[in-house]
Amino acid sequence: MSGLSIDNLSMRFDLPNGGSVQALKDVSLNLKAGELMSVLGPSGCGKTTLLNIVAGFLAPTDGVMELNGKRISGPDADRGMVFQQGALFEWMSVRENVGFGPSMKGMPKKDKAEIVDHLLDVVGLQGFKEKAVYELSGGMQQRVALARCLANDPDVILMDEPLGALDALTREKMQGLVLKLWKETGKTIILITHSVEEALLLGERLIVMAPRPGRIHKEYRLPFAEMGVDADLREVKKHPDFAVKREEILEMIWDMEEEIMGRTEETT
Amino acid sequence: MIPLLLYVGIFVAAFFIVRMISEGRGTKDYTSLKTVTFGDESAVRSNRAASFISILTVFFMWATFTGSALIPSFLHMPGPFEGNTTFDYTVENAAGQRDDATVSILVRPQGQTAVKPAIEAGDGFAKNDAAIVNKWGTKVIVVQSNDEAKKSEGAKVVAINGKPVKARTTVKVEGGSVTMTDKGTPNFKAKTGWQMSPLYLPAPETVWSRTLEIASEGYRNFSLWQHLGYSLFRVIVGFVCGAIIGIPLGYAMGLSNWFRGWFDPIVEFMRPVPPLALIPLIIIWFGIGETGKIILLFLAALWIMAIAARSGVSGVNIAKVHAAYSLGASKPQIMRYVIIPNSLPEIFTGARVAMGVCWGTVVAAELVAASQGAGMMIMVAAKFQQTDIVVMGIILIGVIGFGIDMLMRYAENILVPWKGKS
Repeated sequence: MSGLSIDNLSMRFDLPNGGSVQALKDVSLNLKAGELMSVLGPSGCGKTTLLNIVAGFLAPTDGVMELNGKRISGPDADRGMVFQQGALFEWMSVRENVGFGPSMKGMPKKDKAEIVDHLLDVVGLQGFKEKAVYELSGGMQQRVALARCLANDPDVILMDEPLGALDALTREKMQGLVLKLWKETGKTIILITHSVEEALLLGERLIVMAPRPGRIHKEYRLPFAEMGVDADLREVKKHPDFAVKREEILEMIWDMEEEIMGRTEETT
Repeated sequence: MIPLLLYVGIFVAAFFIVRMISEGRGTKDYTSLKTVTFGDESAVRSNRAASFISILTVFFMWATFTGSALIPSFLHMPGPFEGNTTFDYTVENAAGQRDDATVSILVRPQGQTAVKPAIEAGDGFAKNDAAIVNKWGTKVIVVQSNDEAKKSEGAKVVAINGKPVKARTTVKVEGGSVTMTDKGTPNFKAKTGWQMSPLYLPAPETVWSRTLEIASEGYRNFSLWQHLGYSLFRVIVGFVCGAIIGIPLGYAMGLSNWFRGWFDPIVEFMRPVPPLALIPLIIIWFGIGETGKIILLFLAALWIMAIAARSGVSGVNIAKVHAAYSLGASKPQIMRYVIIPNSLPEIFTGARVAMGVCWGTVVAAELVAASQGAGMMIMVAAKFQQTDIVVMGIILIGVIGFGIDMLMRYAENILVPWKGKS
């Protein structure tokens, strides 16, 4: 079967003080190839842990993950990752960063140069090809990170708050870029975010996770990502349903946060 | 005390003079418009004029306190007395009678041939004397040796220049001072002035001419360049060996639990041991030849490089490593394309420290025992009181150490332009 399937994933680990943490409990998900899913939740709900497990950086204590029928057991080129920041290689130029994946595979120089050129066009950085990455602004660096990930042609792209460190304007532009890339490349994308608006805009599917233990609380199917592909994102945000959903989800997360606070107060 | 006061005086005076001259001038860049500069480190820029005057002052102080020919003589500190002087002494014999006599003294630079001042014996039972004294020197003048009233008969010196004296009293006389010894003999001390004797500090031009002399004739069977070359050679070989072993060791410690557990106690124990403390053991084991010195420098560099490489590995942002794995890199590729480049800035910093330590250690090791090298040169020169060679050696050692550091910084800028940019 094609797509990503996550079956009854649990993760639990011991703490130095003798206690233990149930970071994830019985998380099950099925993503079809080409689906765009965003993940929301209060801090400590295990979003990043889930992403790291899917990426193969962490091993779950229970459960099975398969990508296109193949079991996931570690990091591999079929699952690309885009980090919040600091993951570019400063000792390489923009071109070398984008071409990193193909280089590692030993792709012929000519083919690699074609891919890199094409992707730099797509993210609009053709003029910065030979620049050092530390000479670029934060938004441009994230474009490089996106291009680098795409150059490797992964089946799934995992994004861990990729736009979290950007200013509001750049962020909006980048949201448009993510949607455009998703539609053009047809990649399966999982995107973690703190912003409810971003989760609504960049998710055909949106899951809200709850903490302690980390689990899936609620799932939505949303039309906004599809709408945003061709329209201005600010127009999408004016859609009446958008505001309703935003309020609903915000309230849900507020309740969770309050519950956490209450629980800590009880124990203290 | 006087040099310190003079130095502080120049420091303060130069500050006010430079400020007066440069008032309203200077660049009009962004930093110059900052009003909060006290506490803003980035607004503190090295004052070029101050640096220039500072260096000039060092040479000026050196010249003025050594009576150097480089500066006009009116800028010299008062020098030591040189030339002819006299003082009178009064002898009282056992019968209580007194008689005066004169001592004529010639104060001349050490080593210069001179004849004693010609004198007449004079009348009375005390006879005139003559003596030659070195500049900066002292001399016990046995004035009674030619007197008719002998010391053994109870005659003694009771006054100098008419001032009554007993044992250990000091009387100032022209060109110096006279102190009575415990046995009642006058001890003449030539006036030293404020300048330093060449034995303690030779003038700059003396050091320079000695440098030229040694550069052309060599010292102790080796040319100057061989001495310095040997020291440099030892440093470079020792450092390279230390880096070749230390860097992979540090990587291993940063990448493997077992390696870290195994070598941590050794590295952490050896790091604080000053390399100088190993010199005796190294000499016992390997003798005073090249092997021992290179092993010493190897040990000096080894721990520094290992720790630099280890912290270079642990300083990798984990996101970079994760990203590389997700892009399909294998472990050797992660090593080659992520860990090594990422640790280079740390390794360069370590290399600069290690080169500095090695340079210091080699000089110290040569001070202890060597037949050639910069340290040996100054140690042997000190034994023969050739202070000019000692000063020359110290300056050359400083210049080379500074040169090594500048070269390392230059290499760092070329090779790791991304330092501090992540």
